[in-house]
Amino acid sequence: MTTVEAAVVDTPAAGTATPRRRRVLRRLLRAPLALTGLIVLVVAMLVALLAPVLAPYPPTQTSFASTFLPPGSPGHVLGTDSLGRDILSRIIYGTRASLVVGVLSVILALVVGVPLGLLAGYFGRMDSVISRFTDVVLAFPFLILAVGLAAIRGASLSNAALAIGIAQIPGMIRVSRSETLRLKGLDYVSAAVAEGASDLWILSRHILPNAVSVLIVQATVAIPAAILGEAVLSFLGLGIQPPAPSLGTMLSEAQRYIARAPWTAVMPGLAIIALTLAFNLCGDGLRDALDPKASRR
Amino acid sequence: MGRYLRRRLGHSAVTLVLATMVVFAGVRALPGDPALALAGEERDPASLEAVREQYGLNDPVWLQYLHYLQNFLTGDLGRSVRTNIPVTELLVSALPVTLELSFLALLVASLVGVLTGILAAVRRGKPAEWLANGFALIGLSVPNFWLGLMAILYLAVAVPLFPASGYVPFREDPAANLHHMVLPAVILGFGLAAVIMRQTRSSMLESMSTDYIRTARAKGLAERSVIGVHALRNSLIVVVTIVGLQLGALISGAVVTEQIFGLPGFGKLTVDSVFQRDYPVIQGVVLVTATAYIVINLLVDLLYSVIDPRIRVTGEVA
Repeated sequence: MTTVEAAVVDTPAAGTATPRRRRVLRRLLRAPLALTGLIVLVVAMLVALLAPVLAPYPPTQTSFASTFLPPGSPGHVLGTDSLGRDILSRIIYGTRASLVVGVLSVILALVVGVPLGLLAGYFGRMDSVISRFTDVVLAFPFLILAVGLAAIRGASLSNAALAIGIAQIPGMIRVSRSETLRLKGLDYVSAAVAEGASDLWILSRHILPNAVSVLIVQATVAIPAAILGEAVLSFLGLGIQPPAPSLGTMLSEAQRYIARAPWTAVMPGLAIIALTLAFNLCGDGLRDALDPKASRR
Repeated sequence: MGRYLRRRLGHSAVTLVLATMVVFAGVRALPGDPALALAGEERDPASLEAVREQYGLNDPVWLQYLHYLQNFLTGDLGRSVRTNIPVTELLVSALPVTLELSFLALLVASLVGVLTGILAAVRRGKPAEWLANGFALIGLSVPNFWLGLMAILYLAVAVPLFPASGYVPFREDPAANLHHMVLPAVILGFGLAAVIMRQTRSSMLESMSTDYIRTARAKGLAERSVIGVHALRNSLIVVVTIVGLQLGALISGAVVTEQIFGLPGFGKLTVDSVFQRDYPVIQGVVLVTATAYIVINLLVDLLYSVIDPRIRVTGEVA
């Protein structure tokens, strides 16, 4: 399962020069599955950005006259839920919320995890300290962490993003650390050291830029995990609170009426699947494009 | 082996101590007066002072932490604010349900994952491989709680094959117990099966081209036994590795699965306690889970070092 903690991908070496990047992009665009994923993602992001324009109804607008309308009913393409709210509109806004939380939490993980990973990989003394820190964070499974945070700070969108972000930090540290270790041993780094370049210079000018492609792939694995994480937290009531639309809360409400209105459970789930599948396909394609020797076939 | 064992134990001990400190700090970070949080219903100054004395809240922080550690080690985790039942008792009664669920899920995941992984590796380029790959992709992309809802919809409501929720203790009625556990175990194991399948397939592919396999074939061993024997060995390593890596995910997954299917286990206890603001229970749950995670990880690593001799020899994970 693409879970928050387990979202680490093993990526082989990344290139350095700009022409390589263009090659990578071309290779990525040629793979049909990855391309499909990319298209779905672009569509999803446009939908999220243009939500107020695209959604036929306000997501929290209730209508007790039109509750439980099945998909295909006039005015409601995907039907309505138990409070008469339009499901399509709620899915559009819910997708937006999922993407926001997904991106925010991964940004948090990047901002905290990458520097720590760089330090751990570059300075041997810091490695064991940072490893212990990573172990402690990992000792708290994602939901337990979220539960603890919810107890301290209350349940909310920001709490969900925080919990997910923290849970993804160990993965980021691990990836950037291993990239740093690999890049540290390369000739041009030794040359820079011999020239008297400071550690900060080497880290920021030589190591970090070359680790970027690996980190991007890691992000494309981490974001769907974060989206799933947000859905789970909202489903349990620990994340986005009703009546704010969220794919997770839609599912938890749907469970109560599943026999009567199964579409209220099927639709949001399909939306989540489309999002995560798109990210996964894109990430796989990106990983393959970065290194044709990657052992997948 | 000795050196690896000692180093691993040391790491786990340090991690455990740090984890208890984190939880301790967390409890102190709760909004408002901790005495109020721990007292629950009673709000008058005399009761609050009694609670402060009882929990040693007037002592210096480091002393509080030591008491806290001592309590934890002797199994005293306080009492539920809501029901006044000792937290330890609540945990002990909830644990068997979660353990059974996790065990069954692991069983399902291992069997399905390993078998499909071997199939995908052995039948490369044939439709079976595409099927298996598709299954893995689905397992990694589909939220397991949605899958649970779909399972309830189609296998419990539309066609009443299984109960939609509820739990029957094994001792009372083993058949009913298993009947209730089938859907939750399959749902929980599904995502894990996908991960195991992927890993099994890649590890099989990797080793099928190695020298010792070629030697075995050259010696004239039947293809079936060549694949069978070393597939078995490989899959054991794979399953143990994945369990170690996915343990956190398994625990999180169990929490959600129990919520959906109404199983009175650890997960349900956790979620309920958050909504009931039952801080002693929350604290107990978080602490016990972190400890269990650290201990199980240690066991998995040790087991791994037994299976994979390279670790024993070099003292490092290969």
